Amino acid sequence: MVKYVGKRLIYMFLTMFLIATATFFLMQTLPGSPIASYNKLNESQRAIVEKKYGIDKPKPVQYAIYMKNLAQGDLGTSFVFKGKSVNDLLASRFKPSFILGAQAMVFGTIIGILLGIIAALRQNTFWDYGSTFFAILGISIPSFVFASLLQYWVASEWHLLPVGLWNDGWKSSILPSIALAMGPLALSARFIRTEMIEVLSSDYITLAKAKGANGFEIAFKHALRNALIPLVTVLGPVAAGLVTGSLVVEQIFAIPGIGEQFVSSIMSNDHATIMGTTLFFSAFLIVVIFIVDILYGIIDPRIRLSGGKN
Amino acid sequence: MEKILQVKDLELSFHTFAGEVKAIRGVSFDLKKGETLAIVGESGSGKSVTTKSIMRLLPESSSEFKNGQILFDNKDLTKLPERDMQKIRGKEISMIFQDPMTSLNPTMPIGKQVMEPILKHQKVSKAKAKEVTIELLKMVGIPNAEVRYKMYPHQFSGGQRQRIVIAIALACNPKVLIADEPTTALDVTIQAQILELMKDIQKKVDTSIIFITHDLGVVANVADRVAVMYGGRIVEVGTVDEIFYNPQHPYTWGLLSSMPSLDLEEERLYAIPGTPPDLLNPPVGDAFALRSEYALKIDLEQAPPMFQVSDTHYAATWLLHPNAPKVEPPASIIERMKTFPGSRYYETKGGNV
Ligand SMILES: Nc1ncnc2c1ncn2[C@@H]1O[C@H](COP(=O)(O)OP(=O)(O)OP(=O)(O)O)[C@@H](O)[C@H]1O
Ligand SMILES: [Mg+2]
Repeated sequence: MVKYVGKRLIYMFLTMFLIATATFFLMQTLPGSPIASYNKLNESQRAIVEKKYGIDKPKPVQYAIYMKNLAQGDLGTSFVFKGKSVNDLLASRFKPSFILGAQAMVFGTIIGILLGIIAALRQNTFWDYGSTFFAILGISIPSFVFASLLQYWVASEWHLLPVGLWNDGWKSSILPSIALAMGPLALSARFIRTEMIEVLSSDYITLAKAKGANGFEIAFKHALRNALIPLVTVLGPVAAGLVTGSLVVEQIFAIPGIGEQFVSSIMSNDHATIMGTTLFFSAFLIVVIFIVDILYGIIDPRIRLSGGKN
Repeated sequence: MEKILQVKDLELSFHTFAGEVKAIRGVSFDLKKGETLAIVGESGSGKSVTTKSIMRLLPESSSEFKNGQILFDNKDLTKLPERDMQKIRGKEISMIFQDPMTSLNPTMPIGKQVMEPILKHQKVSKAKAKEVTIELLKMVGIPNAEVRYKMYPHQFSGGQRQRIVIAIALACNPKVLIADEPTTALDVTIQAQILELMKDIQKKVDTSIIFITHDLGVVANVADRVAVMYGGRIVEVGTVDEIFYNPQHPYTWGLLSSMPSLDLEEERLYAIPGTPPDLLNPPVGDAFALRSEYALKIDLEQAPPMFQVSDTHYAATWLLHPNAPKVEPPASIIERMKTFPGSRYYETKGGNV
């Protein structure tokens, strides 16, 4: 197990290195310059600014400096928020995004799993069709539509919750979390329904019935864990979906989160912030995938993480 | 002997998209205390459906009891509410399935799976249940049970898994144990071990066993009585000796002739010609008539009743009707009958008796 984790960590660093390199050079191909907005500068002033941010040097040198700083955890300095480091920017905006993402993930998967179970146990009844309908809505309607609808009805029309911003404590997080949760909810509902139906028709479920287990024990003690195993594998993509969802949802609700900042840094061509945020999102996803693999081994006893004795 | 289970005129259908599949078309048999009743018959004859209907393990949504009763403990199991059925399953009647590779829950330690019926049906503490579990695992021959009860199914071999399934079935000392081809999926040496185990256990715990199998060799080894099923009916039932050495139904003749034997050096195995009956549109008369060279005209018009051959031996074939023509069974069957006192071919020194 220790050996396995060690090996995985090395691969994770390697992946990060490749992503950082790719992002760095892709950034160079973006049209416009990070200091294009400083258009009132004359030649010599521009040279001073370029020197300050180190973009006067040849690209390979810039790359080497960036990677060296990155190795020390330094993501550089924002071009737009003068004098602020990207690290500080991300840190100040981490909390709302984290809260939204975590709430959406937990709420979405739990409700989704429950809906999926109900649909599987009550196959081809009103409950099944209802939850299928709900899930298809969740999969096919993009999160910004949910976000706008929730904002319009629940917030503006009925005044139940804040329209946006992050100044009303937990209440501010409810609507954006729900909007974000629709994707994971729909996906896990569909997934669990299919898996449960499959598992419920297997021999060991018949044996459980033959032991005298009742419907509840069969669904929750015997079937659910087996149906969850494949769901774990899609948690990675689900997390990726949350990241993209957050870009839009944070914008709509004006949440001062990382997603909102990412969008505005792209608007303002703030190279250092774009890169920093991209790397941050990548690191997040790599960690999620790692956790998912560990979870997989815990939930499925047949998978003992190889690379050494457990 | 005391009858523990009585199945009377059972008829059961499946509702499918193609129509009503009449899988069981009037099955009656008794199971006596402590005996082993083998059910044999070709694939699709309704062996599994019959036994699953006793435990009510068939899908409620698509299966329907059309007629008959299953009497157990003064209760008719066809009419028992699901809740009461749950108290019988695993406690009074339990079941061993064909494929040990798929009949254990892959994500649950085997000890927990054995313990489950104990905790469910008996008022005992967890510690006590664990003790019983380890004892059971030892009894079925799992070495090092104290350590291994925490392991998962994939850490055991097929034979060991079947032993675990047997331990589960025996956990509450059931009155009836149903074994649906418990050795079919195992290789020959393991098969023999599992059969020995089942015989040992039956001596120890005195349960009645219904043993489903394709393998007549196994029947001779384990059973007291045999029921031969064909097309959703029992066509012949009797003691092992009666079925093996004095068979009356042409289908039983076919089955016995298709049994490989070591002592008779036959060049090739006999195969019953034709295909099993279509249970969507079952034939009117004797379902075997179309495949049988012994069919009479009446076989195509009316299903034969059970004719009594002896106190314990019954067969559903018009050949046993007093007015039926006397036919000669296949030569290999006559050979068998010659050794059975009471059969019409029984040979003493002087001739037929
Ligand atoms: N769930 C079901 N739905 C519809 N038909 C079914 C169902 N289960 C069994 N049958 C039908 O009932 C008949 C009897 O099947 P059964 O499984 O009892 O055969 P069997 O004698 O056990 O055969 P085998 O030796 O292959 O196990 C078959 O024709 C089968 O197609
Ligand atoms: Mg079967």
